[in-house]
Amino acid sequence: MKTALFIPCYIDQFYPQVGIATLQLLERLGCEPHFPEAQTCCGQPMANTGCEQEAQESYQHFVKVFQHYDYVVTPSGSCAYHVRKHYDVLEQTEAVQHLRRNTLDLAEFLLQVLKIKSLDARFPARVGLHQSCHGLRGLRLGSGSERNIKEYSALRTLLNMVDGIEIAELQRPDECCGFGGTFAIQEPDISVKMGKDRIADHQRAAVEVITAGDMSCLMHLEGILRRQQSPIQVKHIAEILNSQV
Amino acid sequence: MKAHPIKAAAFLQNEARADWHDESLWFVRAKRDKAAHEIPEWEQLRELASQIKDHTLSRLDDYLEDFERHALENGVQVHWAEDAAAHNRIIQSILKKHRARRVVKSKSMLTEECQLNAYLEQHDIEVVDTDLGERIIQMRGEPPSHIVMPAIHLKKEEVGQLFHEQLRTEKGATDPKYLTEAARQHLRHSFLKADAAITGVNFAIAETGGVVVCTNEGNADMGTHLARVQIHCMGIEKIIPQTKHLGVFTRLLARSATGQPSTIYTSHYHRPRPGAAMHIVIVDNGRSKQLSRPDFRNSLKCIRCGACINTCPIYRRSGGHSYGSTVPGPIGSILTPGLDLKKYSSLPFASTLCGSCSDVCPVKIDIHEQLYRWRQIITREGHLPRTKKWVMKIAGSILSRPGWYEQAGKTARRLLRGLPRILVYAPLNIWGKGRELPPPPRQSFREWYRKNREE
Ligand code: SF4
Repeated sequence: MKTALFIPCYIDQFYPQVGIATLQLLERLGCEPHFPEAQTCCGQPMANTGCEQEAQESYQHFVKVFQHYDYVVTPSGSCAYHVRKHYDVLEQTEAVQHLRRNTLDLAEFLLQVLKIKSLDARFPARVGLHQSCHGLRGLRLGSGSERNIKEYSALRTLLNMVDGIEIAELQRPDECCGFGGTFAIQEPDISVKMGKDRIADHQRAAVEVITAGDMSCLMHLEGILRRQQSPIQVKHIAEILNSQV
Repeated sequence: MKAHPIKAAAFLQNEARADWHDESLWFVRAKRDKAAHEIPEWEQLRELASQIKDHTLSRLDDYLEDFERHALENGVQVHWAEDAAAHNRIIQSILKKHRARRVVKSKSMLTEECQLNAYLEQHDIEVVDTDLGERIIQMRGEPPSHIVMPAIHLKKEEVGQLFHEQLRTEKGATDPKYLTEAARQHLRHSFLKADAAITGVNFAIAETGGVVVCTNEGNADMGTHLARVQIHCMGIEKIIPQTKHLGVFTRLLARSATGQPSTIYTSHYHRPRPGAAMHIVIVDNGRSKQLSRPDFRNSLKCIRCGACINTCPIYRRSGGHSYGSTVPGPIGSILTPGLDLKKYSSLPFASTLCGSCSDVCPVKIDIHEQLYRWRQIITREGHLPRTKKWVMKIAGSILSRPGWYEQAGKTARRLLRGLPRILVYAPLNIWGKGRELPPPPRQSFREWYRKNREE
């Protein structure tokens, strides 16, 4: 099984520890993912702004870099969703179709491909789970509060494998944090307000750490937390799953 | 029109009020969740409703003709209006023919869309909105801020003050029961004096030629039962094929809208009362154009329950008036650009694409996907500000060239580390308005990888 690691651009540049945790976790589970160095970005930031045209080059580049791997794993539900959902505008060559099937978020890869049932991880803290929207409603990593189906959450399943962790219950378990890519810049007032409200929910639940499957949501929340000088930390789920205190 | 972000920012100036607005609507959303979870076959119902609507839209012309034929057979007079102006003209001519000067109207977003009230008032016809929320905003001279709860943006203190000024209730009174009673007494006069009653339509049944109107206050019935003339205004998309399909929609509608098992009144109108007249006005006003757009046609499945509005985290924090369109929120943001792309070009961007709207929608409209598609069209047709497009072009070039990308990242991180705070958080940095930037690490992931895995 040839697996590639796709590290979204903002993680590469600003949160290298998330990339490292993802890589180490996969290695510990017996996988040897390769990080093709020519990779850049899936093109989502441009496309969500309405510039699908300007994103094409990135799409083509992504396909070129990753087409020969069996799986592409990424610690971002949002990027995985973008490739699977929005690469429909490319000519549907075999390579494109293959990538649209096999670009997976880390949680999907752990549960559906590696089929892990347990983990050797320990993280003794009270944690609030932020269910990033594209993972939740795009990739269906959880049932979501809107639909009347059997309840499940891939991220919770994974967190439950961690020793010592305590998962806090929130009043609004899956409301958006307000990041939304360029929305954060185009509608800054609403974006920040949504983030503040999400944080208040986690604060009421007395969490020490907020985690999520998407670092972009956490970057936004962390920005507000630090402005508020709050002691609450943010950690990508890969960092928690990879911790062994 | 001022763009959504500007009006949203103004709404957020009063944060406590924005919180109150958010909580009020979240309460409705939570009630909806509870009601939806009490029906085990909820998701099947949604699927069924979606398929019935898809089917109906696929042969809408046939069903509309069926509907007209059956309505005519029932003794109803049927009118077709191509646009808002035609709709208003037709209504006025009906009223003129019947010498009707006083009109009561139950809730109809279509007549709001056509701005019927203003038109009739110009022609010396008195129109009184009889839905309590609609009456309140009519008294204030405001448009509705929500399609199901038109006055949801107002607090009971404000309604108390308004009623004190206009209906002479006690000063400072805020008891909803007392205020509602005052409105009832006031509206009773209007009902008794009315020559004509206008209603909206929730469903029009092709098989029978009948229309169905759902209200909680019974005001549609009060109007139509008392007046000599009843007029029902409907968009072409209100059609469902058969009576047996109605139950699917009524089960979904009230639960999605307010969390009630059904609206208090579900009124069926088939024919005029003896000695009275019944008219139906069927309106296009841009709908057939929307039907012709493959990417957006299924927005016409909408049954106007308002669930997508209640769940929208942006709507809840910016208020209905920030959208500047009759239908606000996610569904408004996919319908209105079809009417005037330039004017409403900021609306498809008033979303994080979180997708909650599509998941609450009882007829499974892929609302957030349509928002995404409108964005592409807005850019293609040149309505995205030029600087933004230019930035995206540059970003696109950098992000598809590994060498440039790495250099740009390095430079940015170095700058962020080295520059004094005052420069980094200069007014141009919109991100920094309420948020810190991530602390720039010395090493990117790829640099670490090179050192630790490749050497
Ligand atoms: S789009 Fe769906 S959820 Fe929104 S008002 Fe229409 S039917 Fe209701």
